[in-house]
Amino acid sequence: MPLLSIRNLSVTFSTARGPFRAVDGVDLDVEAGELVAIVGESGSGKSVAMLAVMGLLPWTAKVSADRLEFDGRDLLTLSPRERRRIVGRDLAMIFQEPMSSLNPCFTVGFQIREAMAAHLDLSRAQRQARAVELLELVGIPEPERRLKAFPHQLSGGMSQRVMIAMALACKPKLIIADEPTTALDVTIQAQILDLLLRLQRESGVGLVLITHDMGVVAETSQRVCVQYAGQQIEMQPTRGLFRDPHHPYTAALLAALPERASGRLLPSIPGVVPGLADRPRGCLFSPRCRFATDTCRNVPPPRAGAELGFALCHTPLVDGVPQRREMAA
Amino acid sequence: MLKLIFRRVALTLPTFVALMFVTFVAVRMVPGDPIEARTGERGIAPERLAALRHDLGLDQPVWKQFLDYAYGLLHGDFGVSIVTKTPVLHEFLILFPATLELALCALVFAIVLGIPAGVLAAVKRGSVLDHSVMTVALAGYSMPIFWWGLLLIMFVSEYLGLTPVSGRMDLINYYFEPVTGFMLIDSLLSGQEGAFGAAVAHLILPSIVLGTIPLAVIARMTRSSMLEVLGEDYVRTARAKGLSPLRVVGLHALRNALIPVVTVVGLQTGTLLAGAVLTETIFAWPGVGKWLIESISRRDYPALQGGIMLISAIVILVNLIVDMLYVAINPRIRHG
Repeated sequence: MPLLSIRNLSVTFSTARGPFRAVDGVDLDVEAGELVAIVGESGSGKSVAMLAVMGLLPWTAKVSADRLEFDGRDLLTLSPRERRRIVGRDLAMIFQEPMSSLNPCFTVGFQIREAMAAHLDLSRAQRQARAVELLELVGIPEPERRLKAFPHQLSGGMSQRVMIAMALACKPKLIIADEPTTALDVTIQAQILDLLLRLQRESGVGLVLITHDMGVVAETSQRVCVQYAGQQIEMQPTRGLFRDPHHPYTAALLAALPERASGRLLPSIPGVVPGLADRPRGCLFSPRCRFATDTCRNVPPPRAGAELGFALCHTPLVDGVPQRREMAA
Repeated sequence: MLKLIFRRVALTLPTFVALMFVTFVAVRMVPGDPIEARTGERGIAPERLAALRHDLGLDQPVWKQFLDYAYGLLHGDFGVSIVTKTPVLHEFLILFPATLELALCALVFAIVLGIPAGVLAAVKRGSVLDHSVMTVALAGYSMPIFWWGLLLIMFVSEYLGLTPVSGRMDLINYYFEPVTGFMLIDSLLSGQEGAFGAAVAHLILPSIVLGTIPLAVIARMTRSSMLEVLGEDYVRTARAKGLSPLRVVGLHALRNALIPVVTVVGLQTGTLLAGAVLTETIFAWPGVGKWLIESISRRDYPALQGGIMLISAIVILVNLIVDMLYVAINPRIRHG
């Protein structure tokens, strides 16, 4: 049984201009100790889907799903109190902006020990010892002194290490990392990512890595889930996805990787992600898809089977060639 | 830190000089002088008027009067009241505890109600609760103090008979010598049964009246500050730890939201000390405000000048304390 199991997750925000569906029918299974990547452009609903799992969305968001289970428990029917017992202990999250994700009014030590105080039955001294141990684990020198520091005294990379330490504090079963390196300097990005991967390997914690860096995906994850405009459009084991992407969007995304480009100009995907007002009737990617047909523009696409990476497409690609669904099926 | 205090104190010196000048001039711009104010309609013989003016030094050129006054101030001499013939400082120190007691109670009332109201309104933004809190706050802010005071006296004291109408103490039933000047403390020290209750009862309405505007300001400030903070990433982090809503809002968010509120509270404290004038007059509260109003009608120049200088000094001191407090609650400044 998977650690995290999501079926048909949808999140709708009520906005002044009417409801906006930020996440539309996402499925995801994460096994214990597995590393799954979620990729997509900004606004594709990656973060929102995972915030929904954490229960951290604002009140304007409405979450619905056929199944939303973590560790055998249905997150949709849990009371807020029961859910808080899971969140922060078994299920932790690392955010994109480490500098603003730490509370400026409290010391680093206070913020690390706080989660332990809430969830674990440890004495004050034990919590302090564990906090020191955690800072050592994430590679922060002079941990005792650093615990007394305030967040504004730390660099971005340091802050993200603290965030990682905080996430690890209660020995979680699953960590969701929401673009943990995006806000950092390029030189620091690699360090933080290496740290995260090392800790994941060593502790065997499950990791959902939200990113838009395909290079990171290729190097790290076992499985990839590709999202576009709130929809999950493809999910495959990483090697399969890089070898033979089935959705035209995934294919275009991979073709835009600098290391794959053959010509002098880097290929790009024309157009932008549809917004609230300009959603196409059929496939959401059809306005930008070079394989789009009239069917694509008018009829929402069906989901393909596992052999075609669950691609949400009328004409999934096989070796770069569009297949008619009847033939593929 | 010490350097910071020193700099701030040094900065207040020009303020004092300007204040000294302004009060001195403004007081003399009011038509009439102390002698005329005292003789009133009866009139007075010109020779006698000149003699009395000479006694008070009012026949000197204004610039000389000012220099004499400034010289006295520099030596800690606030002058002697023309009316009571007692030193202004002495009179002020007797009356000030009453004002301070009232101001502190009003401030406590404003903070204890204002901050939770602001927090609740922010957490439940857009709700009926939010709208009602903000409407009441706006009403409180716009309410003329004297009218609000009279309304409360009419309804609570007269109609319901719940509280005394005016004064600090029920002098018919209780009498004791002031020790600290704070009625709440003195009534306890006196050991007389019921005296403390009477002191509290006398404080309720004036505190509400004086605290209404600060309450409205604090509630609105807390709400807007809280709304901003609730959207911050670190509040989401706190929730991601599985902390209770009470801890997330009451500790992680409020601690940050309070930073601007402390500034506002500080400014309001100054207003409370200086602005108790109306409230003290309505409730016949024997404090500094009432004394100043009376000094104006008596043209008691030294009392007015001294009183205003002393209140200003206290307001400046309070602001200095607030600045220090600000540093204490905001680590970013402390280590900045």
